[in-house]
Amino acid sequence: MSAPASLTVRVQLEDFDAGAEINRLRLSRSDTGAVVAFVGQVRDLNDGDQVSAMTLEHYPGMTEKSLEQILQQAQQRWDFFDALVVHRIGRLQASDQIVLVVVSGAHRGEAFSACEFIMDYLKTEAPFWKKEETATGERWVEAKASDNESKQRWSNNAPK
Amino acid sequence: MITVLYFARLREALGLSQEQIAVADGAMTVASLMQLLAARGAVWQQEFAGCRLVRAAVNQTLVADNATINAGDEVAFFPPVTGG
Repeated sequence: MSAPASLTVRVQLEDFDAGAEINRLRLSRSDTGAVVAFVGQVRDLNDGDQVSAMTLEHYPGMTEKSLEQILQQAQQRWDFFDALVVHRIGRLQASDQIVLVVVSGAHRGEAFSACEFIMDYLKTEAPFWKKEETATGERWVEAKASDNESKQRWSNNAPK
Repeated sequence: MITVLYFARLREALGLSQEQIAVADGAMTVASLMQLLAARGAVWQQEFAGCRLVRAAVNQTLVADNATINAGDEVAFFPPVTGG
């Protein structure tokens, strides 16, 4: 009998150590055969403008709840062992890490799909907002239609 | 009473992060609350009269405009999310 999957969500000001988090999931059980990880980071260019920094705002309470629900939805669709989401808030500079998603499982297929699903849902459902600093001042980032399309593709795939 | 929270661009446009509004139990939906806010005119009308996309949450769960609001609820309005 294997241990139940552990789903972990952290929203924090501090940076994270992706390697350490990957190792923790990798070693959490010995029947793990695959660990998939995604790191999102700040680009210094957006919509043709140089971006020097950005500030990430969230909705304390709801953001954590929303991320937990996304992990639970992923768990209902795919067989994986553990899943972790770390998302930063506050002021970040170019090349700073923003988000980490790690999924471990017996084989790569389910872990890859779960990781992509988690990111697609995070981008369209979790209450975070980015405000960029450019040479011409500050601006709120607008939601992209392509992010909604990325999420829509999962609605055609039946759960496991 | 309900607590209404505003986030991100909406909070800045309105110059307000939260307020208390008196409502009778079950007498209001998200859509009717938005109408009430739009009726304040000026920036409130710009943001809540339907020209801009606004998402709503009741008690920290995303809801559709026809969701009912009860006394004691925490209602939040915010622009489409842009994390990740």
